[in-house]
Amino acid sequence: MSVRLTPDDEGRLAGSQGPADEMAMRIIVRLAEAVGAERLLDITGAHIDSCLYHGQAVLDFADHLAERGARVRVPTTLNVSSLDLLHPELYRGDPEDGRQARRLMERYEEMGCRPTWTCAPYQLEERPAFGEQIAWAESNAVVFANSVLGARTSQYGDFIDICAAITGRAPASGLHLDENRRATVMFRLAGVSAELLDSDVLYPVLGNLIGSKTGTGVPVVEGLPAGLGEDRLKALGAAAASAGSVGLFHAVGSTPEAPTLEAALGGMQPLRTVEVAPSDLRLAREGLNTAEGGDLATVSLGTPHYSVTEFAGLVALMAGRRVHADVDFYVSTGRDVLAELELRGWAGALTAAGVTIVTDTCTYITSILTDTVGPAMTDSAKWAYYAPGTLGVGVVFGSTGDCVESAVAGRVVLNEEIWS
Amino acid sequence: MDDPPRVLVAGEASGEVLRLDEPLSLWGGVDAATGVIIDRRHPQVGESISGRVLAMPHGRGSSSASSVLVETIRCGTNPVAIVMLEPDAILALGAMVADEVYGRSLPVLAVGERMFASLQTGDFVAVGPDGSVLQVDVGRDGPRTGGHRRGVET
Repeated sequence: MSVRLTPDDEGRLAGSQGPADEMAMRIIVRLAEAVGAERLLDITGAHIDSCLYHGQAVLDFADHLAERGARVRVPTTLNVSSLDLLHPELYRGDPEDGRQARRLMERYEEMGCRPTWTCAPYQLEERPAFGEQIAWAESNAVVFANSVLGARTSQYGDFIDICAAITGRAPASGLHLDENRRATVMFRLAGVSAELLDSDVLYPVLGNLIGSKTGTGVPVVEGLPAGLGEDRLKALGAAAASAGSVGLFHAVGSTPEAPTLEAALGGMQPLRTVEVAPSDLRLAREGLNTAEGGDLATVSLGTPHYSVTEFAGLVALMAGRRVHADVDFYVSTGRDVLAELELRGWAGALTAAGVTIVTDTCTYITSILTDTVGPAMTDSAKWAYYAPGTLGVGVVFGSTGDCVESAVAGRVVLNEEIWS
Repeated sequence: MDDPPRVLVAGEASGEVLRLDEPLSLWGGVDAATGVIIDRRHPQVGESISGRVLAMPHGRGSSSASSVLVETIRCGTNPVAIVMLEPDAILALGAMVADEVYGRSLPVLAVGERMFASLQTGDFVAVGPDGSVLQVDVGRDGPRTGGHRRGVET
């Protein structure tokens, strides 16, 4: 198979725009061949995950590009890094790794990317419009852009994100194309209580279930309340993208390409239907736990980065209360959201109550936690999924309310009733 | 008849198969310094992907899997080939980038169901530049062929 290139693409492969563009274009074209794309398409924006330090290899790659004079051609935001530049004292990792991580961040800024340092670029003021072709990396950002914004991005990852930003081109394949956006796997909720349907805690758990049962298809969910808020859709998508490889989901009555079930399915029958009963949700919830209850060491919220509305909920739950002296309580967020919290006086109130706000990074991808044994509690299925592997910590998943109650009590307290 | 293999990244390699019962996210699932699976939920936690022909149905999870693959190539703890049922662009990309930056890489293939089903942990196989997978020796779970080189229809 071969990709139809424009004369401009051909010229750039031969170095017409300089050596960095040439290298980026060569990688884009090789990937386009690998995925069977017939052509490349123009993109209007990019979100870069390559700025997260995973070892010398990613810095070698960035150096390679930067030394060849790389500059991004489209507006480009940066994902989390390994460091909190606003609160550098929180980093407990190896100092040399910290220096390397810092160098990597500088490399991407040098290429013209905006230092947004957030995994939730969809919470920034400027975000892609419906139908816009973009190249986003970071699995939760990809699934949100496709599902909730109706923008179009394939499931880009490290390296290709910056190549697309430098060239402004991407393979015309995957979720960029109409034919791949139709739902193929139907999830039908039945018998789930109205109380659970209206609880934030349902959505990460449902996402975990959907991620583990979708395979490589596009899921559509029927039986959820219409008009779901962005935070719930964010939690569902992030969980589905962690537990599986979901890059787009449709929620009937909530996401823009699913005004009806028929619209989401593109007038066709699903390849598979998965019935979701309360017992399935209980299993999916239990699957997120890697620790028993008992004395609590840590709470970590904000994976993906907490939004202003999520902070509003937390501020209300914490009002007049204080985190137990033996518990470390972290919330990860973007620096733009932190600026808003400071304006509203919430940052100070939370800090006074014993909450540590982490920016620019996330507690499960870098060394921030004082205690790495646990149990740690989280309201994030994504954090519950990854932290046992990355940090070695044992995790108990709960609602935001459970996390706050436990943090105040100093031991794990769960509302089991809602799941019965 | 099986579907012909799709070569995402061409190359030659040979080694012992590690067949994963469940897809694995390299990011958060593998320690690049050692090549050992660290995802506690994965049934094969503790196994090493280093030097193996990694057979898994499809990729999973975070888009940072490509970085981890390149880091394993830098550290020399990489699988020698990746054979999947469904093409995975994220892993293919890692192999392409390693080629650009370090001038070394590994083949990444998507093969048909029969071919994939025939790959068992412990088998010794050779991957050709055309995407062929030759079973050189069958592992402990199947009949041994005593070094007899047997082609597997793809």
